[in-house]
Amino acid sequence: MNHDAYSDDYLRGILRRVRTIAIVGASENWNRPSYFAMKYLQTKGYRVIPVNPGASVPEILREKVYKSLAEIPDAIDMVDIFRRSEEAAAIVDAAIAKGAKVVWMQIGVRDDAAARKAEAAGLEVVMNRCPKIEYSRLCGELGWSGVNTGIISAKRRRL
Amino acid sequence: MADARKPAAPGFETLAVHAGASPDPATGARSTPIYQTTAYVFDDVDHAASLFNLQTYGYLYSRLTNPTVSVLEERVAALEGGRGAICVASGHAAQVLAFFTFMEPGDHFVAANKLYGGSITQFGRSFKKFGWEATLVDPDEPENFRRAITPRTKAIFVESLANPSGVVVDLERVARIAHDAGLLFIVDNTMASPYLCRPFEWGADLIVHSTTKFLSGHGNAMGGAVIDSGKVDWAKNPKFKSLTEPEPAYHGLRFYETFGDLAFTVHGHAVGLRDLGATMAPVNAFLTITGIETLALRMERHVANALAVARYLERHPAVAWVSHAGLASSPYHGLAKKYLPKGTGPVFTFGLKDGYDAGVKLVEGVNLFSHLANVGDTRSLILHPASTTHRQLTAEQQAAAGAGPEVVRLSIGIESVADLIADLDQALASAGH
Ligand SMILES: Cc1ncc(COP(=O)(O)O)c(C=O)c1O
Repeated sequence: MNHDAYSDDYLRGILRRVRTIAIVGASENWNRPSYFAMKYLQTKGYRVIPVNPGASVPEILREKVYKSLAEIPDAIDMVDIFRRSEEAAAIVDAAIAKGAKVVWMQIGVRDDAAARKAEAAGLEVVMNRCPKIEYSRLCGELGWSGVNTGIISAKRRRL
Repeated sequence: MADARKPAAPGFETLAVHAGASPDPATGARSTPIYQTTAYVFDDVDHAASLFNLQTYGYLYSRLTNPTVSVLEERVAALEGGRGAICVASGHAAQVLAFFTFMEPGDHFVAANKLYGGSITQFGRSFKKFGWEATLVDPDEPENFRRAITPRTKAIFVESLANPSGVVVDLERVARIAHDAGLLFIVDNTMASPYLCRPFEWGADLIVHSTTKFLSGHGNAMGGAVIDSGKVDWAKNPKFKSLTEPEPAYHGLRFYETFGDLAFTVHGHAVGLRDLGATMAPVNAFLTITGIETLALRMERHVANALAVARYLERHPAVAWVSHAGLASSPYHGLAKKYLPKGTGPVFTFGLKDGYDAGVKLVEGVNLFSHLANVGDTRSLILHPASTTHRQLTAEQQAAAGAGPEVVRLSIGIESVADLIADLDQALASAGH
C-alpha cells in the first residue's frame, strides 16, 4: 500500500462503506478543525462519536463523548485520529481491539509502523488526509470554494 | 483492496475542456450554466450558521462565491497545476487580492521593472495608500532582486513574459533568491498563459492572471485570477500572520490550521473577496470558461502567426529592431527555450527608425489591426505605448519598461497571417518608407 498517493477509488470505497466514525481528539470548541470535520460528516449522514478524555461537556453535536474507544458500546467502522503522530500507535491498537475496519489519520498525522500493524490485522489505512476534505473533493463540493479537486468526469457528480 | 496507484494525470487540453465542469448537479446541463444570482437560500438556521462559520461548503452570497465563477476557478487552478484559485473582476484586482492576503502597512516587495505599465502605476501609486512599498529592479540581472530585499520585504513579483517588451525572466533563479530569503515568489503569467509557461514548476508560490487576455481570449470579458500552489508552509514563516493567527472576524479561526493547504484559497474568498469586493461577474466567468476550452488551439496559432510577423518585420527597412524572444537575435532566446518551449507569446514590440511620429502614423494607417489598449484577443491588435498605456510614466520609466517613443506593440491574432503581413506592409509604406 502506497501511503504517499491514494487513488480516488480507494478513498471513495472507504467513504462509501463506513457508517459510524469515532473521532479521537474531538473538540467541544466550535472553531477547532475536529469540530468542523465532525459537523460536516454528520450532515453527510455518518454517525460520528466523539472520543476525548479531557472534554468538559457530556455531549458534542448531540453525541455522547467517551473517554476512550474501548468505552463506546456500539460497533465502530472507522477511527479518525485527530491527535499527534506520537499518539497514533496506541490509538491504532485500540482501534484494532475495537474491531474497526478503517483507521484514518488526519493531515499531519502519520505512523507507518502503526499503519502496517493495522493492515496486517485486516484494516484499511489512510494517513495525512482529512475525511471532510476528501469527501467534499470526491463529491465536487470542494470545487465550490475554488479548489482544484482533480476530478474530471462527464457524469453528474455523486460520492 | 482497491488499486492505490494514481491514474495518469489528464493532459492540458483535456483539463482545458473539462476541469471544474462536470455536468450541472442540479439539472444535468452540459455547458456550465450562468448562475445569475446574488444569494442562495439556507436550509435552516443551523445550515446558515455552518456556512457563516466556514464549517461546510456551500454558496451564501455571490460577492464571495458563485457556482459559475467557481467552475472557472477550478479550471484555472487545474491548468496551472495549483491547489486552488480565486477569480476576481480584473487582473488588477487579482494583484490587489494576492498582496492583501499577506501584506501589512509598512511592508515591502521587490518587483521587476519590466511589467505591464498599469502594474507599475498600481504598485507605485495606489499600493502606497495601503502602506505597501515596492522597489522595481531590472530583472535581467536576477541578483538585483536580492540586493533590494529589506527586513520588511515579503515577496518578489515578476511577469514570466513581460508585457510589452517580451522580456523573459529567469524564473528558477529568482525563485531561489525569494526562497533563500523566506519570501513569496509571485508570477504574473498573463502574457504566456499556462499553455506556454508553467511557473509552479519553476518555484512560483502564487500565480496571478489577467484572464481578460489569452484565457478568455476573445476580447469580451474582464477578469483576473490568483492561483495558489498549495506548497507554502505558512506556519514556518512569522511574516505571514494572516493565515496562521486567529482571525477575529471568524471568532478566532486559524485558516492554516483549519484548512491546511487550502488556507490561501479559502481566505481569498472568505476574507479577500468579502472585504475587497472585486467579484467577477458570472457572465464573464462563463465567457472565460468557454474561451479556455480552445486555449491550446488558439495559442498554437497565435505563436505561429507572431513568429512569422516578427520575421517579416526584422527584414523591413523601416524597422530598427524587433524584440521577440522567438527570434535568434533576441537576448532572451535562451531563456525562452527553457521557460517557453512551445513558443513565445504573440505579444511583442518593435522599434521604428523614425521614432514617435512614425509610430503614430503606423497605428493610424493599419486597417486589419485594431488600434486599442488590450492584448490576447483573437483579433490582431496594435498599440503605440508611449502615446497610450505608458504615457503616465516618466521617460526613464518608459525606457526601462521597454516602451520608449519609437516602440510599437503588437498582439498577433489568429487571422490568416498573409493578411496581417499585407496590412502592416501597406501601413509601413505609407508611414514614410
Ligand atoms: C501582464 C498584465 N498583467 C495585468 C494586467 C491587468 O489586467 P486587467 O486589465 O484585467 O486588470 C494586464 C493588462 O493589460 C497585463 O497585461
